[in-house]
Amino acid sequence: MSWTRRHLITVEELSLAEIEQIHATASAFKRTLNRSVKKVPALRGKTIVNLFLEPSTRTRMAFDMAAKRLSADVISLDGASSSTTKGETLRDTAENIQALQADMIVIRHAAAGSPLYLSKILDIPVINAGDGSHEHPTQGLLDTFTMVEHLGSLKGRKVVILGDILFSRVARSNIHALTKMGAAVTLVGPSTLVPAWFTAMGVSVSHDLKSALADAEVVMLLRIQHERQAAGLFPSLGEYTGMFGLNKARADWLSPKAIIMHPGPINRGVEIDSELADGDRSVILEQVTNGIAVRMAVLYLCAGGQPQLVTPVE
Amino acid sequence: MPSLWIKNARVIDPAAKRDAVGDIFVVDGKFVASLSAAAKKRAKQIDARGLVACPGLVDIHVHFREPGQTHKETIGTGSRAAAAGGFTTVVMMPNTSPVADNAGTIQLMKDVVARDAVVRVYPTGCITAGMKGQTLAPIGSLKRAGVVAITDDGDCVQSNDLMRRAVEYAKMFDLPVMDHCQDHSMTQGAVMNEGVMSTRLGLRGWPNAAEDLIVARNVILSEYTGAHIHLQHISSKFSVDIIRRAKQRGARISAEASPHHIALTDDLLAGYDTHLKMNPPLRTEEDRVALIDGLRDGTLDIIATDHAPHTDYEKDKEFDYAPNGIIGLETALPVTLDVLVRQNKFKLPFVIDLMTRRPAKLMNLPGGTLAVGTDADICLFDPAEKWRYDSKAGFSKSSNSPWSSQTLTGRVKTTIVAGKIVFTDGKIVAR
Repeated sequence: MSWTRRHLITVEELSLAEIEQIHATASAFKRTLNRSVKKVPALRGKTIVNLFLEPSTRTRMAFDMAAKRLSADVISLDGASSSTTKGETLRDTAENIQALQADMIVIRHAAAGSPLYLSKILDIPVINAGDGSHEHPTQGLLDTFTMVEHLGSLKGRKVVILGDILFSRVARSNIHALTKMGAAVTLVGPSTLVPAWFTAMGVSVSHDLKSALADAEVVMLLRIQHERQAAGLFPSLGEYTGMFGLNKARADWLSPKAIIMHPGPINRGVEIDSELADGDRSVILEQVTNGIAVRMAVLYLCAGGQPQLVTPVE
Repeated sequence: MPSLWIKNARVIDPAAKRDAVGDIFVVDGKFVASLSAAAKKRAKQIDARGLVACPGLVDIHVHFREPGQTHKETIGTGSRAAAAGGFTTVVMMPNTSPVADNAGTIQLMKDVVARDAVVRVYPTGCITAGMKGQTLAPIGSLKRAGVVAITDDGDCVQSNDLMRRAVEYAKMFDLPVMDHCQDHSMTQGAVMNEGVMSTRLGLRGWPNAAEDLIVARNVILSEYTGAHIHLQHISSKFSVDIIRRAKQRGARISAEASPHHIALTDDLLAGYDTHLKMNPPLRTEEDRVALIDGLRDGTLDIIATDHAPHTDYEKDKEFDYAPNGIIGLETALPVTLDVLVRQNKFKLPFVIDLMTRRPAKLMNLPGGTLAVGTDADICLFDPAEKWRYDSKAGFSKSSNSPWSSQTLTGRVKTTIVAGKIVFTDGKIVAR
């Protein structure tokens, strides 16, 4: 199958075949990460601009790493130090970047719909690195990649996403990927943060941690997002942790081979016990490493790279 | 001024329950019953075969942005858009820059209307000083200056006590109080209807309840004080229910629905198109159907456009940051005909009534009638003509319309104010 998309805006619009193609390409790139010479020449001569108008540690560094491993040149533009602080519009910022001959733009933005907007006005590929509370496609792709590595096929597997779902782009991207892959997804958290509206996306909603975690094979924790929520969605972090925090006792309710995931950054002691975050069921750091391979795959494919040149012929 | 003889139109005059093919005669700017044979020879004749002739349309909710925001629209350009849409009377909202909370700004508006407007344009004044929702605006002074109603539209008076005092006070002057019903505490940062779509799109939602609560507040205050409160751009199913029951009790409540709320729903927002972003937001199909039912049974009294111009560059932004609103004067008639008559089998005279006699009556304005002796404000339209609407080629200074590039059915051919043609053949006739 050959990849035809120039942009990666959402997981929602991807077919199962496209998700699997990204995963397969990521697998191939992951193998290169273990070599002593980690670079491949695939995007040599291309310049990728990271336009991050919201804070980021992992995603930005992973895109940076991924681009460099593909031998591309990378320029990072940080919102706080850009002329957006002088009121320059997103359109003008992006058209200027394109006029500066960038070959691809990776954008993280606080406003949902921004990458879609850019994809309509620019000629170069646009990669969504997180748009408000809407989607974070590469996160959803690397999370499911990690799950498949541990569990094999996700069809019928019980996956729990726990935390502040309402404002989570990670949750939404994962919901799309997981439902397309046939997983049985349950969202858990306080009713103010996990409203019933989500059931329209093909998932279950629960506010009872014990029954939701019973026999779950994956539990993905989400951080309580201070910067996104208005006051009053739950009384205190203490009450949240008391009811929904994943501690050792609660982790025992999980299936014996369950994996514990988190997109980061972690609030130790809030959504997850510090010990569990570092424990042997946690795959949190593997997610980060997989993030490089998945982003290499996405950048490569959207730049016009042909997957069959990368994935080994069976 | 020559007399006017409009021939062979389907004449629809809801005030007279008239719906028949016939003629309309105008002498010295007023309707007359007939013309003598000699007078007919001298009269300007308009062959209106195949056209509907009705009273000039009346829109009691438009934003003309003058003074202070004239990059979006002026009274002149807004009135041209009105004429092109078949409207001969419009009522302007006071959320200008500065706001119209004082006689001076009202007088300025009236002066500009006299100088620039091609249709009848009436001002409203603010309920509160500065539209800040804290203290009363000089309502008596505003009444003397000529406002036809007061409203804080764009905003909503949040203090129930202040709103109670405002409607009690306005009652002395027979001034309707118009309210944009929104509980701000529930809608901080909200940009679209709260529901399945907002959840999917990751946008902050504006729940129906935030409108329902203020609709209920206003019903209660209206019944408590006996004042007339007019509820603007109703969008929520439960609000329609509240209004229905209030009217059953005889409350002095009136309400409007906009063409976009009866035509469009929030599932259209998947592409984050800012031309679908307005306040109150587009809601679900259930809400849309409830609005149509409300218009059908008289719960909702009229159609009003909430014509809200914004420049291209203001709307060309991330969805969260774009201002709310769309223009609507030039598309109101075809869109309303499509939804109510074609899709929902309303009778044409009933729909014309929603856009002429009833809005005029609600605001105690002349117009909305073809009665002999009254000013000859007339709309001639072809209910079947298909045309492609290009908002950039329209008469509004702005072009923020979700119907641009679409083919609409129903086209205004001629608009007449006081017996003078102000719009015909796609052009404004010079003053």
